[in-house]
Amino acid sequence: MSAVVSWARRATLFMGFLFLYAPIAILAVMSFNASRLVSVWGGFSTKWYAALLENEQLLHSAKISLAAALISATIATLLGLLAAISLARFGRFRTRMLFFGAVHAPLVLPEVVLGLALLTCFVAFGVGRGFITLVIGHVTLTMCFTTVAILAALRDSDPALEEAAMDLGATPFGAFVRVALPQIAPAIVTAYLLAFTLSLDDLVIASFATGPGATTLPMRIYSQVRLGVSPQINAISTLLLALVAVALGLAALVSSRRARRDGQVMTSRARAPDNAS
Amino acid sequence: MSAPLLSIKSVSKKFGAVIALENVSLDLGAGEFFALLGPSGCGKTTLMRCIAGFESPDAGTIALSGVDLSGVPPYRRPVNMMFQSYALFPHLNVFENIAFGLRRQGGKKDAIDARVNELLAMTQLSAFGHRRIDELSGGQKQRVALARALAPRPKMLLLDEPLAALDRKLREETQFQLKEIQRLTQTSFVIVTHDQDEALALADRIAVMRAGRVEQVAGPMEIYDRPATRFVAGFVGETNFIEGRLERNGAAALIAAFGRIPCEPGNFPDGAQATLSVRPERIGVAREGEGIAGVVENFVFRGETTLLRVRVASNIVLRAAAGHGERHAIGDPVRLSFPPGAGTLLKEEL
Repeated sequence: MSAVVSWARRATLFMGFLFLYAPIAILAVMSFNASRLVSVWGGFSTKWYAALLENEQLLHSAKISLAAALISATIATLLGLLAAISLARFGRFRTRMLFFGAVHAPLVLPEVVLGLALLTCFVAFGVGRGFITLVIGHVTLTMCFTTVAILAALRDSDPALEEAAMDLGATPFGAFVRVALPQIAPAIVTAYLLAFTLSLDDLVIASFATGPGATTLPMRIYSQVRLGVSPQINAISTLLLALVAVALGLAALVSSRRARRDGQVMTSRARAPDNAS
Repeated sequence: MSAPLLSIKSVSKKFGAVIALENVSLDLGAGEFFALLGPSGCGKTTLMRCIAGFESPDAGTIALSGVDLSGVPPYRRPVNMMFQSYALFPHLNVFENIAFGLRRQGGKKDAIDARVNELLAMTQLSAFGHRRIDELSGGQKQRVALARALAPRPKMLLLDEPLAALDRKLREETQFQLKEIQRLTQTSFVIVTHDQDEALALADRIAVMRAGRVEQVAGPMEIYDRPATRFVAGFVGETNFIEGRLERNGAAALIAAFGRIPCEPGNFPDGAQATLSVRPERIGVAREGEGIAGVVENFVFRGETTLLRVRVASNIVLRAAAGHGERHAIGDPVRLSFPPGAGTLLKEEL
């Protein structure tokens, strides 16, 4: 391969990464800018992070967002697990296709439509909007993702394993908990982290579903940016970014460890001669 | 035979329009090695799953030691199953796989450890207790599956095609191990297989099944030497079907298109149309002398024997096995002889 081609490839790769990550890098760098002006570098400082701790409004919103993400991800993972079990294990019940479609609908539904639908629903039932409606909205949004992730894992796990467990004296529930659940545990962790980050990031559904007193962090950031970019916003955004990166990194770690384990199995199987005799 | 351990009475099962089992009745004794033999789709696996409790019969009863099993879920039946795919738990090591059934029963840790170690020793896996399942070879997995199913001391062990996943050499070795373990544990084994050699080699008694029905239940030698139906004769081992008319006068014989074949008439009436099933190795092959004349059309060397295809009439070819050391070339004239007890007379099937 000629040097020119190799150089061109590296340049393309570099441009790609630049395009994807330059805005985020600039945001993170600017959060350490001592100057109030976004366009001028005034030296390194962590004063905006210190100022964050004083900003009651932002901290309150951050707490709301974290609480909503933790609770909604837990509920969405549980519901997703139940939905996946019914789709994977209960055979062809009569309304299966309808249920399958209904569970997956939010995947393709425009978020604005889903948000508006939730708002209309809350108003129609006379439910006061606040933290609880926010959590309900996020469960609605994220449950389809958790169902898809868990369903895929459940389909991969062999139903004969559960039969074997029952044959050996485990009740159907016991067989599921002791045998099927360990098989799909990585998928459940992944589903939870996915739901958590989706909820933490969400602006659209939150704008429709929440009410006064339960303003989420993305909503707070968005409303403040309209008044001008402040370095404090850069700082909180960088923290948010770090949190999401950690969550997604964990999810990737869980699934890659699983993949590596399976990979090892393949190679060791290929290597080991049949030494049973 | 004393009271049967397992008694299956008139069991029927349908899946939609497909009849899987039709009026099946069987009695299995304690400590017996029993085989359900048949081609795929004959209902043998369905019958096994009915015994294990994963399917429930539409009609009929299954009773174990006199206790009706209908409505009893799999986890309360003292019957364990060894799955065709082995279905070993991948997140548990060998020891914990074997201990799974014992832990469900409760019991002291020491007792469980002792029982698991006993089974590890019996299946020659003592060194592998802490191995992960995916670190085992096919033969080792098979033995873990066997040990796991035997651990809770079931009254009956069901084995679904236990040797299907093993290669030929390992399979023969494992057959001896299975027999030995069955003898040591004094447990009833019920094996499901489509492999006639496996059934003949392992079982004390065999039930040959076809399209949801039991065709014949008998010991391996009787199944082979005295098949009850044309299907059994054709499915178990190689055979020749010779059609003709029975003549009972004097020495009984079947009058076939190409000659007169001596046979045991049984209770067939004189002049009845019947089919004689004769195994290739029961037919004597000679270069000259008495017997039915034919021409060697083709041959296959099988090691201890050579299988000849001999044309005895323009439209009839018989298979006969020549002993070791006898050489025949294509086109050689031969004489085929039939000792009186060589074949079994079967009814004409419509």
